[in-house]
Amino acid sequence: MNRQLAGWIIALIVLVAVPFVHRDPYHLHILVLILIWSFAYTSWSIMGRFGLVSLGHGGFMGIGAYVTALLWNHLGITPWIGIPVSMATAGVLALIVAYPCFRFRITGHYFVLVTLALSGIVLQVITATRDYTGGSLGYTPQRAPSGKGLIALQFDDKTTWYLIALAVWVVGLVVWRAIDRSMSRHAMEAISEDEDAAAAAGVNVTAEKLKITMISALMTALAGALYCQYQMFISPDTVSGIAVSLQMVFAAIVGGVYVALGPTVGAVITILLAEVLRIGFGTKAVGWDNLVYGVLLVLFIIFLPKGILGSLIDLVRSPRKPPRGHEQQAVPIARR
Amino acid sequence: MQHFLDIFDIYLLEAVINGILLGGVLALLALGLNLIFGVIDVTWICYAELVMIGMYGMYYLVQVYHLPYWAAAPLVILLVALLGAALHYLVIAPLLTAPPINQLLATGGVLFILQSFATVAFGIDFRNLGIRLPVLALGEMNFSYARLLSFVAALLGMIGVYLFLTRTFTGTAIRAIAQDRQIMPLMGVDAKRIYLVTSAIGGGLAGLAACLLVLQYDVHPFVGLSFGPITFLICVLGGLGNFIGGFIAAFVFAEIISLGGLFSDLEWGYVLAFAFFIVMMFIRPAGLLARRS
Repeated sequence: MNRQLAGWIIALIVLVAVPFVHRDPYHLHILVLILIWSFAYTSWSIMGRFGLVSLGHGGFMGIGAYVTALLWNHLGITPWIGIPVSMATAGVLALIVAYPCFRFRITGHYFVLVTLALSGIVLQVITATRDYTGGSLGYTPQRAPSGKGLIALQFDDKTTWYLIALAVWVVGLVVWRAIDRSMSRHAMEAISEDEDAAAAAGVNVTAEKLKITMISALMTALAGALYCQYQMFISPDTVSGIAVSLQMVFAAIVGGVYVALGPTVGAVITILLAEVLRIGFGTKAVGWDNLVYGVLLVLFIIFLPKGILGSLIDLVRSPRKPPRGHEQQAVPIARR
Repeated sequence: MQHFLDIFDIYLLEAVINGILLGGVLALLALGLNLIFGVIDVTWICYAELVMIGMYGMYYLVQVYHLPYWAAAPLVILLVALLGAALHYLVIAPLLTAPPINQLLATGGVLFILQSFATVAFGIDFRNLGIRLPVLALGEMNFSYARLLSFVAALLGMIGVYLFLTRTFTGTAIRAIAQDRQIMPLMGVDAKRIYLVTSAIGGGLAGLAACLLVLQYDVHPFVGLSFGPITFLICVLGGLGNFIGGFIAAFVFAEIISLGGLFSDLEWGYVLAFAFFIVMMFIRPAGLLARRS
């Protein structure tokens, strides 16, 4: 265990050192994007790994980005307050939708489609209130006067952004691990196999699910706000809506939702793929990246449902580990 | 004041009737999706993208190859039906025993594929058929023939499917499989063949919807996103797999969108419809027509 901890610490030191050794702004930009999106995908997988597949996370991300930017532009409230407010807004929305969902046992397909409606609503509200949000043309937070960058959370320096994104990403992994080692994880695994049996065994089904959902929604909103502050430009299509939700699901599944670094691997693969295609083919690449994503997603779900990293780890560790039934075996038997 | 009310009522009536006309096409889409869900127990997230491909098919046959509309329509219906069968054979069949969420996500992958295929192959320009049907003036209200035609054709399509399901052996087998998936193979029904036929019919309905929608809307690779989510919500609101519920829910949704769009922007019509859906999920989680347990 200590060796593993040491490995993590060394890896972290190396990651912190990167921007001081390698100063190429383009590479740093890609790394920041990878870290922010990894954090978003990790947030999704906190729920997704327990079978709570949400297509509403595009909505939470959009709220995080837009609430922060709107508060700054219209009321002059610094993102330091704006980001917690936007996270709280996303949390309230998650509560309003998720509580009745869990209370009335809306699961499986139905849960997916209710959350799909949620991201649809957020997208349409952003588009409809175009007088404030700029509609589908996008929105830019106002530039802070020079010297006030810290208050406005706007930095021209890529190294600063890299360190912020790295810190948030590490926090995401720590949360993931904390949940992985908590009683909640066992409760959620029991729930994902059989809600009635879990309830009979004394698990408070609604409360456990709600807890996981809230954590996931708050983190996703934070990811949205960070993305907005970093890119200084947001549009409904890049931070909210169904396409973004599907993108999260896709990256998390390709990387592997059952291991901590899976979503990060997913983010690395998707962003590098998009960049390589963009550089290699220029404007002709429009659409090709999504085409490759789609084919990979289908192939992965059919052949490698545990994702790249999950399958690799399974390959390295021999089958000493007892199979986790809820991932593969239980459902087909129940469906037969 | 009186004058204002007169105008207002005319607009209201026009919006109500336009809502009904929109409901016809939505009901057709919902029927296809419901049929697939009821029989195979899979939700095709990419259903609206099949419609999009069909709309491109119409565009190319009519605009580029100069086929008349009535000759192109059956070809497109056949094409999308084949696409539906291929989707089942290539993607759904290997996943039949996988968790339902995986099947849903795999069709999400197909959504990406179809969308970006259209982007790569056809570009992101908006295209239209170039057929402009006249407008029917009824008193002071205006209705486009395109909408009337779509409504009638959608109704005919639904009646056709109804007759197929109730009057033919294959149709009966499809309904039987929807009722009990385990027993029917024991009764000598080839489930694999039935699934394939059902997928083809579902695709065919998407093809028919494509032929009708292309009369009213421009085609672009992301056109599916504008009515795809609505279709899923209609199916869930009506109860997944419940044909009559889906039919009613389609008209409820169409009216909300149409009336919401009358009083404010069209987006708010959609927001209202989505919000209504979420509220209804809590009141009637199993669909409009389900009995409360």
